[in-house]
Amino acid sequence: MELFGLPLPVVMGQIVVGLVNGSFYAILSLGLAVIFGMLNIVNFVHGAIYMLGALLAWLLLTKLGVSYWWSLLIVPLLIGAFGCVLERTMLRRLYQIDHVFGILLTLGLAYIIEGLARYWFGAAGMSFDAPEAFSGAYNLGFMRLPKYRVWVIVASLVVCFATWAMIEKTKLGAYLRASTENPAIARSFGINVSVLVTLTYGLGVALAGFAGVLAAPIYQVSPIMGHSLIIVVFAIVVIGGMGSILGSIITGLFLGLVEGLTRAYWPEASTVVIFVVMILVLILRPSGLFGKE
Amino acid sequence: MTSSPLALEVKHLQAWYGESHVLHGIDIEVRQGECVSLLGRNGAGRTSTLRAILGLTSQRSGEVRIHGRDVMSLPTHQIARLGVGYCPEERAIYASLSCEENLLLPPVLKPGGMSLDEIYDLFPNLKERRKSQGTRLSGGEQQMLAMARILRTGADILFLDEISEGLAPVIVEKLGQVIEALKQRGYTIVLVEQNFEFAADLADRLYVIEHGEVVSHLPAAEIASQQAALKELLGI
Repeated sequence: MELFGLPLPVVMGQIVVGLVNGSFYAILSLGLAVIFGMLNIVNFVHGAIYMLGALLAWLLLTKLGVSYWWSLLIVPLLIGAFGCVLERTMLRRLYQIDHVFGILLTLGLAYIIEGLARYWFGAAGMSFDAPEAFSGAYNLGFMRLPKYRVWVIVASLVVCFATWAMIEKTKLGAYLRASTENPAIARSFGINVSVLVTLTYGLGVALAGFAGVLAAPIYQVSPIMGHSLIIVVFAIVVIGGMGSILGSIITGLFLGLVEGLTRAYWPEASTVVIFVVMILVLILRPSGLFGKE
Repeated sequence: MTSSPLALEVKHLQAWYGESHVLHGIDIEVRQGECVSLLGRNGAGRTSTLRAILGLTSQRSGEVRIHGRDVMSLPTHQIARLGVGYCPEERAIYASLSCEENLLLPPVLKPGGMSLDEIYDLFPNLKERRKSQGTRLSGGEQQMLAMARILRTGADILFLDEISEGLAPVIVEKLGQVIEALKQRGYTIVLVEQNFEFAADLADRLYVIEHGEVVSHLPAAEIASQQAALKELLGI
């Protein structure tokens, strides 16, 4: 059976790969969107944090025997706490000055974290086995669907939509949105905006840490694994609309799918298709597909 | 009223926005249950006085006590939690929230705030528009919403900044009735106004501010006899 001239298993395989990549794009761009929306910081350290999540999961497993499932809980908490320290000690000094300084600081941090990881662990990738429960694949008849990849897609969707619901549907989310829109008035209502900002940054980077743990059994755990990914994720944030929460989730998944299908039908274009879409969006709708004009 | 304890005490308050020195030593006292109006021309320093009391200016000095507590070293959110509700001049209705979400947004600071039903009794328009996006309300409705949302929190000192500005006379009259009702309920009100007639009808005392200083202070009983001098000061 063929689909537009290609065997169905090939197309479906690339759709699954696209959805898995899209899941990572969605979690990472969601974290970036939350941080940009609240702190106005373009968080270039996000890719390094994602790598740190995967590396911590690998370290916990190989050095301390901590299972994947515990890592899925512990690593985002550790990374979130690290993010809170970064925000309190460094980022908050930059809010009153030009965005460029925030970019420079987070870019510098990314290079330091990646450099230290390379110094301690080398540039080669390290393998991380998928948990027992998700080893193997489902046989769909026309293709084999790896169980772990299904888990990644489901877990990402649940985390993304839980984060969206927390921001859009809860009292805490209303405080976050109000503090983003007019922090001075939110403070005059008795809302501790300073703590909210710290927790928001912690949440944003914890999402990247969570994505890193999810990614560890799929990609090789390596100090440079976040380096190339972060550029694609920034393109997705621009396409979705800077600061748009739902936009970043939908755009992340959709562009993962577009990238997967392009890999099936025109492999040479698959590495640039997201950037072509970004350029088109910037020309036709500069505020992004879901951004406010 | 003179025997009531002081709700707000401001002594030699100075404030700056960056390099700009906007308040040069404000002295104000407001007793519990009093309605005091700060009058003055545009740029005289009335709004800055409210913002400096709340710690919303970049720098301030002097002495501010709320319910007897020195608040100069407190951050804004802790000052608010002493029971201060701020209704800003620009109304600051959140565009990302509906009318009712705006109403429910400020956290409860103290017990004794109005219930949602009581607020809707006071402002029936808001009940009709409760599902509408906050910034889609008319100017008058937005002003009502900005006032209403601080009544639910239990704040007992209300800072109302230019609430009559740019509104139709019928809405201004309605807001005047609401302030009368709030006075009856024992709220302490600081009313920043440019509308002299509106403030004179409601306030127990007036302070006139000019160039970041209090230049005149008189009780309601003396307003009629001092009207000519006041109008000259206010440039009316």
